[in-house]
Amino acid sequence: MIRSFAENEVKPLAAEVDEQERFPMETVEKMGKLGLMGIPIPKQYGGAGGTVQMYIMAVEELSRVCATTGVVLSAHTSLCMAPILENGTEEQKMKYLPKLASGEWIGAFGLTEPNAGTDAAMQQTTAVDAGDKWILNGTKIFITNASYANVFIVMAMTDKSKGTKGISAFIVEKGMPGFSIGKKELKMGIRGSATCELIFENCEVPKENLLGQLGKGFSIAMKTLDGGRIGIASQALGIAQGAMDETVKYTKERKQFGKAIAQFQNTQFQMADLKTKVEAARFLVRSAAWKKDNGIPYSADAAMAKLFAAETAMEVTTKAVQFHGGYGYTREYPVERMMRDAKITEIYEGTSEVQRMVIAGHLFK
Amino acid sequence: MNIIVCIKQVPDTTEIKIDPVKGTLIREGVPSIMNPDDKGGLELALRLKDQFGAKVTVISMGPPQADVIMREAFAMGADRAILLSDRKFAGSDTLATSYAISGLCRTLDYDLIIAGRQAIDGDTAQVGPEMAEHLGLPQVSYVCDAKLLDNGNLLVHKENEDSVQVLEVEGKCLLTVLASAFEPRYMTVSGIVEAYNREVEVWGADKIDYDENRLGLSGSPTKVFQSFPKAMKAPGEVHEVSEEEAVELIVNKLKEKHII
Repeated sequence: MIRSFAENEVKPLAAEVDEQERFPMETVEKMGKLGLMGIPIPKQYGGAGGTVQMYIMAVEELSRVCATTGVVLSAHTSLCMAPILENGTEEQKMKYLPKLASGEWIGAFGLTEPNAGTDAAMQQTTAVDAGDKWILNGTKIFITNASYANVFIVMAMTDKSKGTKGISAFIVEKGMPGFSIGKKELKMGIRGSATCELIFENCEVPKENLLGQLGKGFSIAMKTLDGGRIGIASQALGIAQGAMDETVKYTKERKQFGKAIAQFQNTQFQMADLKTKVEAARFLVRSAAWKKDNGIPYSADAAMAKLFAAETAMEVTTKAVQFHGGYGYTREYPVERMMRDAKITEIYEGTSEVQRMVIAGHLFK
Repeated sequence: MNIIVCIKQVPDTTEIKIDPVKGTLIREGVPSIMNPDDKGGLELALRLKDQFGAKVTVISMGPPQADVIMREAFAMGADRAILLSDRKFAGSDTLATSYAISGLCRTLDYDLIIAGRQAIDGDTAQVGPEMAEHLGLPQVSYVCDAKLLDNGNLLVHKENEDSVQVLEVEGKCLLTVLASAFEPRYMTVSGIVEAYNREVEVWGADKIDYDENRLGLSGSPTKVFQSFPKAMKAPGEVHEVSEEEAVELIVNKLKEKHII
């Protein structure tokens, strides 16, 4: 179902969405109607009642044809709905999840700041208890879905003296007083995803919008990113698979020296290696998702899946452009877009270096 | 309204090859799908359900693997699924098939039966019309549109080669429909999740009334004598010309053959 949806509804828009740096709102609406915006959310909260495995397969299939659409779904599901589902009160779940799961609302997540990237503990956004509400001040950057999102999970420092234990998570809604969307980033890839700044100037957030316990924000953020990494790993896997598909098709058609370039052993051996890596990435991704579905710790698995899938995506797309030769360098073929899109998977939701830190951390604990 | 939709699992013939020696279909490694015309029929039933309310029952005859298309029908919106599966049905031609499925229909309460025009693996277009004969129902084939009128009758558009016939049908009937007229909806994610928690009823021959001699191989007068791929017509001509010249060339060729 998702493959035919991706082929028929998403693929035809992919080049345009990239070229015009346009958020594919019409696709998001269709995805909402089909239940794709709330796959792993239980039925009682308006979701489809599916598994993490089903959700990440959807991200893979969408990313195979359009990485922008893949990340819209991944950020919405893993970074906004998941933390509400896992940490929210019953009231918060009932208030936010049904509208998010139906696609009526889009979700986003705000952790990164100008001076707190990989060192996420250096949060400068503050939240001050003002009796009946919280007052937020600060700036978040590189926020996926930002200008189209209705609900944001935002991390802010509630007690600087406590370090990471002084960070708390909040549910912020679009339109809350003092909250605005700043400049939109002009990016190398995933150009259709709306990546913007979030600006909080004495932003008033209702008391009941604290997500989880006070001071638990950093651990909520880290746990959320563990889950998000499976989504991004799937996005990377989808991009890699998409580039494989394009290259197999192209090398069978393209003739040089009197035969299809797929018949040259150089092509065959390189493609065999790439295919093996894509399949290995797929097993890592599926295994991490299976563990999450079954309540088994998966933090290192998610990091390994993302690290390997992202690096595989970069390698496959770079070689895909090479196999396409001069044509691959033009925007007439999708592989140059896939190569630009692949790069971000080595950077966001934890760079490849962070993944190595996480993996080593589990190894040497 | 109770609607029965007949569906069949078929090999995806867009990916199929024919064994050049035996002349039979090579089914190995070919994915199985819901027959496109049948899926169009299910879509019509679901549209009638959306507009007027209906209970949609999908039925099929085939091996237990056909379970997959029954679940696909659930995920699209079908309410009940019955798979007729029994060794007794093995070797059925269209007559024996339509006889058995009609037997199943007799056990159900229905107002309308919808079948696909034809299946892409056999292309006979016989099972639907034969069912109408077994059941004594009026039938309209090649349906490209159907709606329910206030008086309870169906207003049906039947697509002929060069015209469309509009018919009003009173009472129970059987329609065979064209896939091209009913773009099927996507399954929903919650539909897929639920589809695997629902029961596809698998019925043996004992659930229907039948005459042993009319089932399976013994009830099948059709014997396939031989099948072979069609010989290629004369190879086409290749012309390396510009776009403008190409138009002229094509027009002249068509005129030459008195097509235009």
